[in-house]
Amino acid sequence: MLTKYITDLKTELTMETEKKLYTLIVHSENVAGILNQITAVFTRRQINIESLNVSASSIEGVHRYTITAYATRSEIERVVLQIERKVDVLQCQFFEDSEIFMQEIALFKIITSVMMSNPEVSQIIRKYQANIIEVNPTFSVVEKSGKKDDIMDLNRELAGTGCILQFVSSGRIAITRARIEHVSEYLDKISRRFAKD
Amino acid sequence: MGAKIKGSEILLKALTEQKVDTIFAYPGGNIISVFDVMMDYRDKINQILVRHEQGAAHAAEGYARVSGRVGVAIVTSGPGVTNTITGIADAMLDSTPIVVIAGQAASTALGTDAFQEVDLVGITQPITKWSYQIRRTEDITMAVAKAFYIASTGRPGPVVLDFTKDAQAGLAEYKPYSIDYIRSYIPKTDVSPASIEQAAELIDNCRKPLVLVGQGVELAGAQQELQDFIEKGNLPAARTLLGLSALSSDHPLNMGMLGLHGNAAPNVLTNQADLIIAVGMRFDDRVTGVVANYAKKAKIIHLDIDKSEIGKIVPCDVPILGDCKESLPMLTARIKKNSHADWIKEFAPLAQKEKELVIDKAIAPASGPIKMGETVHQVALQAPDNTVMVTDVGLNQMFAVRYFKYRSRRSIVSSGGLGTMGFAIPAAIGAATGAPERPVIMFAGDGGIQMTMQEFGTIMEYHIPVKMVVMNNHYLGNVRQWQHLMFNDRYSLTHMLSPMYQDIAAAYGFDYIRVEKRQDLEAGIKAMLAAKGPFFLEVVVEDEENVWPMIRPGSDVDQVYYGPQD
Repeated sequence: MLTKYITDLKTELTMETEKKLYTLIVHSENVAGILNQITAVFTRRQINIESLNVSASSIEGVHRYTITAYATRSEIERVVLQIERKVDVLQCQFFEDSEIFMQEIALFKIITSVMMSNPEVSQIIRKYQANIIEVNPTFSVVEKSGKKDDIMDLNRELAGTGCILQFVSSGRIAITRARIEHVSEYLDKISRRFAKD
Repeated sequence: MGAKIKGSEILLKALTEQKVDTIFAYPGGNIISVFDVMMDYRDKINQILVRHEQGAAHAAEGYARVSGRVGVAIVTSGPGVTNTITGIADAMLDSTPIVVIAGQAASTALGTDAFQEVDLVGITQPITKWSYQIRRTEDITMAVAKAFYIASTGRPGPVVLDFTKDAQAGLAEYKPYSIDYIRSYIPKTDVSPASIEQAAELIDNCRKPLVLVGQGVELAGAQQELQDFIEKGNLPAARTLLGLSALSSDHPLNMGMLGLHGNAAPNVLTNQADLIIAVGMRFDDRVTGVVANYAKKAKIIHLDIDKSEIGKIVPCDVPILGDCKESLPMLTARIKKNSHADWIKEFAPLAQKEKELVIDKAIAPASGPIKMGETVHQVALQAPDNTVMVTDVGLNQMFAVRYFKYRSRRSIVSSGGLGTMGFAIPAAIGAATGAPERPVIMFAGDGGIQMTMQEFGTIMEYHIPVKMVVMNNHYLGNVRQWQHLMFNDRYSLTHMLSPMYQDIAAAYGFDYIRVEKRQDLEAGIKAMLAAKGPFFLEVVVEDEENVWPMIRPGSDVDQVYYGPQD
């Protein structure tokens, strides 16, 4: 982990100014107030959080945060170290898009009568492989999970038909492509090191 | 089943288990039941009633700085604890282990704007290492054990415990809680042998090394390990403000102090060095000058216990993570003996130039009003080697740190990162309490002393033998110096009237001497040092004295300005 941050830090600090979207995956203890501490690290460095998702993780009692933000590589490295420094944070890692599987989910509330009268609406829904999860005489609900670009395209096309009553999209959730589960490894290592009895 | 006891008593038992021997405190409604129990612990715990909660936090800092143990403050909720915020932030920036325990409204009333309720955890999270609300009596021993463990291990820092009234009043069995580890918190990593190899390679092959000694060396208790290291490699060293007493002023490899008003030689030669070995320091902007032009010719080895410091300001070539008490001996064992004689010779002419242009005039002026530098110098000549020096913030601090002599560990208590005016009096109270066997000499200006002067009451009540040197220049001198240098002498609100300190000292029963003439200075200091109890020495110093040398804002670390005669 650390070597990853430190390797070539020298060159990166001096040359890298390009901002891109990074995904942070943070694991923490399930105690009140951690979210504040994590977001405060971004605030202090004037970096906007693009999306944020908090959920349980595969490990009991451990919370998982998926955060995306535009920043330079060196900025994001600093943010990661500052977050990891918090006492109740187990681990914080950052990723580029190529290193993760990621999805977002969107819900559209649309007018049923428009969908019935305009065949274009169901063509669009099929084209994007979205699901209709509710139909009633007044409105219907379309669910689409996928990449942000797909979701935004679907939103634009549906909007063109004038059928949308509500649109909501989740933040990104992501899992790593790595073959090692870093958090579980970390926890194993800690318990091996300290569990004397 | 043991008997159930009140939460407040559990707290005191847990504190005694942490071997707390001193508490700086101020009572109030939401902590009253803890104070009730404290009455039964007067034989076990020294309890000092401060005069304002800010004083409790700074006193806890002073106690921690000299003793290396966790300083403790107990205050009430709301305004009681918001008054400690400055001290908590100060402890965070200066890595000082303190635990502040505050009362809080009952957990059932939280969020209702109850009387003296503030969102303490929310307020203190950004300025603490850990901040925790105790809502259940059963959680007290766990919270106290974690608080002391977190405050004192790894890179030390402040912890806040927000203790609700119902948890204080509730009944529970006392169950001791001990901590081996916290899985989300690794206080220190094992030193990587590979990093030692890489660093040793650089050290053996460099020609112009400079060791930067920070407070981390003191915090680790690695003063001897540092000395062994620099002696083997014959490596010149310089200290940061908070690291001043980590290496004796008399050591031949000690090249002085780094930073804004530090010594010329180490500042200038930072930019000539081909290797910087930073030990337990964090490249504060007061040390680096313009970062982009800092130590450009040097590779950088950084020994630190806090991995978020690596590369934070200055790119690092070889990080050595871990406790420098472990890593320094590993390095010492691995490096070759060396002399660096030619390089070390380069420090002398710069030191000589500073001596002629600055130091001689500051500490031994022939005529004119008394100067701050000579005051500190005279004190340093007479003070015992084990003296603890406490400073306020401003010109008094810069003169004090420059001209005092450091001959024992943990002998400087000063507010470095936060630069807290008003720090000196309460911190000196804490220092004198934490190291009762050592003389405590405090330097302050007429500005800072008027910020926390109410703590004279504490000194009076507990007969705390603090020697207070107030260098009165009738100005907020540091800001005035900047107004002089950068704002065309427009002294906006920096001239300040002082009260009759003689009357104030008399009101508190302090011995007092006012020195206005050079010929009285030595005797005044002698009288102060001979006094048994607290002593107030007012030295009337030159109004518009400036401290030199200086790395002016926007300058590089080697662009040292020696003052008007430069």
